[in-house]
Amino acid sequence: MLAALRTPRGAVTALLLLLMAALPLLTQAFDQRYLLSVGTRIVIWSIAAASLNMILGYGGLVSFGHAAFFGIGGYAVGILSANGIQSGWIQWPLALGVAILWAALIGALSLRTRGVYFIMITLAFAQLVYYLSSGLEAYGGDDGLNISRSRFGGLVDLRDKASFYWLCLILLLATLWFSSRLVHSRFGYVLRGAKSNELRMTALGFPVFRYRLAAFVIAGAFGALSGILLANDGAYVSPAMMSWVKSGDLIVIVVLGGIGALFGPLYGAITFFAVEEFLKPLLDLLHRGWGEYWQIVFGPLLVIVALYAQGGIDSLLGRRHD
Amino acid sequence: MDYLLIQMLNGVQLGLLMFLLAAGLTLTFGIMDLVNLAHGSLYMMGAYFAWTLIGWTGSFVLGALLALPATFLLGVVVEVVVARRLYARDHLAQVLATFGLILFFNELVRAVWGPEGKSIAVPAFLDHTVQILPGASYPAYRFALIVVGAAVALLLAWLVARTKLGMLIRAGASNRRMIGALGINIELLFTLVFGLGAVFAGLAGLMAAPIASVKIGMGDDILIVAFVIIVIGGIGSIKGAFVAAMIVGQIDIVGRAFLPDMLKTFMDPASASGAAPAISQVLIYVVMAAVLVWRPTGLFGQRS
Repeated sequence: MLAALRTPRGAVTALLLLLMAALPLLTQAFDQRYLLSVGTRIVIWSIAAASLNMILGYGGLVSFGHAAFFGIGGYAVGILSANGIQSGWIQWPLALGVAILWAALIGALSLRTRGVYFIMITLAFAQLVYYLSSGLEAYGGDDGLNISRSRFGGLVDLRDKASFYWLCLILLLATLWFSSRLVHSRFGYVLRGAKSNELRMTALGFPVFRYRLAAFVIAGAFGALSGILLANDGAYVSPAMMSWVKSGDLIVIVVLGGIGALFGPLYGAITFFAVEEFLKPLLDLLHRGWGEYWQIVFGPLLVIVALYAQGGIDSLLGRRHD
Repeated sequence: MDYLLIQMLNGVQLGLLMFLLAAGLTLTFGIMDLVNLAHGSLYMMGAYFAWTLIGWTGSFVLGALLALPATFLLGVVVEVVVARRLYARDHLAQVLATFGLILFFNELVRAVWGPEGKSIAVPAFLDHTVQILPGASYPAYRFALIVVGAAVALLLAWLVARTKLGMLIRAGASNRRMIGALGINIELLFTLVFGLGAVFAGLAGLMAAPIASVKIGMGDDILIVAFVIIVIGGIGSIKGAFVAAMIVGQIDIVGRAFLPDMLKTFMDPASASGAAPAISQVLIYVVMAAVLVWRPTGLFGQRS
């Protein structure tokens, strides 16, 4: 543990986590409430990206529909809340249950296909959920739905920004811990083996399809967790939270951070949101009004990352040993 | 009966537009092995070029004809600067890079043309209705779309099946390295095919403009449907793209036209008309999923 701190990766990560744990205190001390809300968003998106990383990074399965799980988690909470069920003890397990069922169903269908067909079928299923939610006139249709936040008795008050942030952070750490256990288990080795050579793993007698399906379902559950949090963050759900652009954003975050790197999703999410916050003022400094068009710079930046820097931020921290 | 016929014609018209968009996509995928998410941006740029050029020339036809070479040039630039570096890369890199291109083009349009949508008026000589059957009239512009769409589809079929370029395209789709080894200038071929795909996308965009509107991100949602079409049809197959585009066109339009009434039999009218467009969209994805489960490489795709 202490030895890990001496590597650049360990030191940077430890520092980052310390900073993140103290964020609510810092933002209060410097009276920067806005930064706490950015921080909360980063943590929630990190959970979603970490869940995508489980299948994309370790399994090599390019799912282009992961934002659907934002929506499934969010809408499960929203619909229950609109029907008077406010308790998180009921809402959250139900939301995760629905996501698991859905992931099992679409996973079983999607994993029959390969390559670009897999990309497209996952995208199609996500679009299906998107249009279903926009057709739910009783729950706001296209406009979305205002909800009240989940209640957990006296245990934690999600309306308190700092407590909510810490809850999200704890859940992120739990997700990353689980992810690391998963990768270094027999299950994880089979998954990674199938990524580099599916034929060989099949020849060795591993039921690759079942392993992948299990990974897909696990990733779906954690994806839905981030959706539950996102809904509670804004007290609002809408079809927009699962538009295909959000699925694209999630892929961007995973690749930016470093595909298949444990803390990659966190680095990626920080970079993704920080780029927006920094590019805007930077461009405005060059010429007033340019900041609004920051994506003209961000777009080509993604092209460059895709072409020349696929290792992402994680590769800047030296070689990995896993 | 007339209502059904008109809705089916609308379906054909939408199907042909979608085919124009899907044809370029399926060619770039079949030949260059490139997942090009930015194909929808070329559709959008075609419409914006047309809007500007129609404004300059004052003529719809002239503006539209000038917009096509402009889109071709843009396609060539995109190919030379970005796309050709992606052919040998994995799908993930392609998705990421072309996603970046979408952000770039959407923002570029916002910076150059402004955030508000533009509209292109239906040209005066097509701004009337034609009698297609006794008692059934149909807007002339939509009718012209069907004619132009069908003509371009035939032209493409001829190009691929009967010309030297088409022969190279088909050869490239089945074995890229072989035609390179036979001394064909593959780089030039790829650039041409990409440019050709851009022209078809631009044509679809500018033809759709008077019916829909010219706006930022107009190519993004329709691109997903185009992807659905090439996946149903089988990636790389022009014939498959055509068949699938027709199927999807019919599902979408007929769903929108008839679902509300069907839903009203068991839902209240307000939620029925709200849910119908959503359900007809959902139907398209259900069909795609069903096709892929039945044939994991699409209707006309090559089995590997």
